[in-house]
Amino acid sequence: MTTTQEPVHRQLGMSDDEYQSVLDILGREPWPAELAMYSVMWSEHCSYKSSRTHLGRFPTEAPWVVVGPGENAGVVDLGDGWLAALRIESHNHPSFVEPYQGAATGVGGILRDVLTMGARPIALWDQIRFGPLTEPKNRYLFKGVVSGIAGYGNAVGVPTVGGELEFDDCYAGNPLVNVMCLGLLHQDQLVLGTAGEPGTIAVLLGKATGRDGIGGASVLASASFDEGSSEKRPAVQVGDPFEEKKLIEACLELYERDLVVGVQDLGAAGLSCATSEPAGRAGVGIEVDLDAVHTREQGMTAPELLMSESQERMMVFVDPDRIDAVLAVADKWEIDSAVVGEVNSGSMLRIHHDGELVAEVPAASLVDDAPLFDRPMARPGWLDEVQAASRDDTGLDIGDTLKRLLSDPAIGSSAWVHQQYDHMLFLNTVLGPGGDGALLRIKGTEKALAVSTDGNGRLCYLDPRRGAARLVHESALNVAVTGARPIAVVDNLNFGNPENPEVMWQFRESIEGMAEACEALGVPVVGGNVSFYNETAGTDIHPTPVVGMLGLANPMPADPPRLSGAVDGMEIWEIGPAATENLAGSAVQRLDGELGGLPTPPNHEIGAEMVELANRLAHEAPVLHDISDGGLAVALTEICIASGVGASVETDHPFSEDPHRLLVVAPEGLLNLPAGMSRRIGSVGGDTVEINGARVSMRTAEDRWRHAIDRALSG
Amino acid sequence: MRAAVIVFPGVNCEHDVVHAIRALGGDAELVWHRDTDLSGFDGVILPGGFAHGDALRTGAIARLSPAMVDVARLAAEGTPVLGICNGWQMLCEAGLLPGAHIANRDLSFICRFVEVEVVDTGSILTRAAEPGQRLRIPLNSYEGNWVDPSRTGRVVLRYVEDPNGSHDRAAAVANEAGNVVGVMPHPERATEELLGSTDGQILLEGFLHSLVPA
Repeated sequence: MTTTQEPVHRQLGMSDDEYQSVLDILGREPWPAELAMYSVMWSEHCSYKSSRTHLGRFPTEAPWVVVGPGENAGVVDLGDGWLAALRIESHNHPSFVEPYQGAATGVGGILRDVLTMGARPIALWDQIRFGPLTEPKNRYLFKGVVSGIAGYGNAVGVPTVGGELEFDDCYAGNPLVNVMCLGLLHQDQLVLGTAGEPGTIAVLLGKATGRDGIGGASVLASASFDEGSSEKRPAVQVGDPFEEKKLIEACLELYERDLVVGVQDLGAAGLSCATSEPAGRAGVGIEVDLDAVHTREQGMTAPELLMSESQERMMVFVDPDRIDAVLAVADKWEIDSAVVGEVNSGSMLRIHHDGELVAEVPAASLVDDAPLFDRPMARPGWLDEVQAASRDDTGLDIGDTLKRLLSDPAIGSSAWVHQQYDHMLFLNTVLGPGGDGALLRIKGTEKALAVSTDGNGRLCYLDPRRGAARLVHESALNVAVTGARPIAVVDNLNFGNPENPEVMWQFRESIEGMAEACEALGVPVVGGNVSFYNETAGTDIHPTPVVGMLGLANPMPADPPRLSGAVDGMEIWEIGPAATENLAGSAVQRLDGELGGLPTPPNHEIGAEMVELANRLAHEAPVLHDISDGGLAVALTEICIASGVGASVETDHPFSEDPHRLLVVAPEGLLNLPAGMSRRIGSVGGDTVEINGARVSMRTAEDRWRHAIDRALSG
Repeated sequence: MRAAVIVFPGVNCEHDVVHAIRALGGDAELVWHRDTDLSGFDGVILPGGFAHGDALRTGAIARLSPAMVDVARLAAEGTPVLGICNGWQMLCEAGLLPGAHIANRDLSFICRFVEVEVVDTGSILTRAAEPGQRLRIPLNSYEGNWVDPSRTGRVVLRYVEDPNGSHDRAAAVANEAGNVVGVMPHPERATEELLGSTDGQILLEGFLHSLVPA
């Protein structure tokens, strides 16, 4: 032990100013349990203290929004009594410290967020980013994260139906692991995170509380990494998907039988959050007895009990006359339960431990009085030089470039990843992983939900506003090609150190870009997550906002477009604005180890028109595919591989990733395409992919594409 | 005629099985694993998932669930008993089918369509199919690698290409009487063209046709 210790509040990650605020609120020195609670609740992770001022820029309203940002998940109305709940969250830092458990508990946490709204979680998506697979450490992290998602997601019984994969040096010391969950509920099952009226009883359900994950939110998620990161391993939680599965079924039974008035999951900040947030929302006080909490270790202190991030726990708020019924449901599903608190008409959160009062704070102060920073922003000085280093497609060898692109693990088949995930459970998966957007039918209706998640750190590095706006357009187009109308966005904003003004500028610009595109498309943002401090040894990651787009197809196309729908003799059309020679931020640049130039800007009007057009074509065309990573050349080859047939096209700029563009394949004369936006570029047939006379045999193309990840993994 | 779909904590395919059975015109009902009386049911399905969290070994705790006593009685009386995926693992652990399951040969979870061939039509699962018929059905398991040191298993479905190392490429195995069957791929996931295949229908129809009033 060191002899000179820092003040306790600094050890807990709290600044001197924040400590002063606590003194002001309480009018006295905080007791240890109180300090513990403020430190986690006011952490960056829980309070969004650096980001809140900017998040208000997002459009959040639409007639179909039932619950917007600020609750545990966003909820939208699908019509006919059905609602969808949607949430995305990062588990970046835990996954670097312990990839399997970090990723696994990320899945567990997001499921509970959606469950908390009264919804059954029906599908998961994961967006994962690592350093290049040429490095053994990155291979270890990649394999560990995929195993963690598979191990938890499969066992908990929620299908993982899609996701995203990106490799870049900037993620080598700080991989990104984002997880999104979609839930479905009937409107009368909607529950909010409220503590209810005075007299309501708080019941803690699920796994016993232990010392795992203590201070996870404040220590791991809200600070940067350095050489000693492995010493933080005890702050990573350990997941138990079996407990979670039982917890999900028990909660769904409680909702179905209308036995609870409010629910709050226990994630970051554990019991501190699960008591103060519902009480704050309801404007009530609450009396909590920590001695009633079921623990799996002896002698836990009050601060430990309040900060523990042990997984698979939920707090439910129950009318006193329904307590027996609630406890019986817990008993049936073989989960532990404990009556731990009672709501009163005051406003204080009072916590007892070992028969003593250990905390007495205004419940709302933990949330409402959290610090709010307007951090300085500055456009990076290096940006002009980077943007000046433009790159066009002059002189590219088409055949060779295509083969190299297909071998890239971020472009080649994702089967190595998604075949480890159950992506078919619940019999909803009409379009699963490997295409543009996933499409999940809603049984018993004509509706289906489409989801796409998109991020691109390289594009956003070159121009965060354009890059982020293009992500919104791309994800909207991805759901539109399945026949769905975009209706809601959730975002996961992965950025570097917010104390760096350049990072804050990137953050603000990204939000501006996303907000502009959302407004142009008429899509509200219903929730999000901010992950700062993604840096290692002083180097920030690329700004990496990830967009999760939800679309509603009503009705679902009887035979939705599939990549496998191309047949010998069909016509191939390129639709959208003409591509340019600009390769700024493209996959071709990535292959060549370059990153420079100014990305082609989105056109918000054309973007909205293309979404409309794609929606219409999805009911008519056998194949409809968004052009993105690797350009038209890769999009075409993906169609050829899926359909088992070659194609021949003549087109300008086959590797351009310029936005708002689609490939359409259909029998001659079937489609009525808008003249100014459509170019017939070739036809399906043969056993080669032929682009402007350059040929790659289907055998070679398929071999490169199919084995991209396993070859990269074998070093 | 009604089939009982036994719900163990941790299984997750129970609703899918009921959905598929009902879509084929059959009648199926969820039964909690603590229920001890299965009289009134004409057949039993043990659905896939992770019963009891696969603690110890897959199916090792499920075989001790109270409902399994009556499952064993019905199996002995000749009533159709079908175990799908985790359900097959339970039947092995319960001694109602020979052998056991270990991790897939490549030590990773496999979720994808596989092709299986009907090699024996003398079981409740395969009776409606033709010998040699090939079916496309999703596989979804980590412990799908069946071992049978007793060499007494009666293989009724065989993988066309070995995905997981299963003995004799077995995808489904029956007891001698043919009324107890374990199958690793999920027939309930292959009953609609929209979801990629209808080849599982013929297997579930075989099961439904085998139900006779108790």
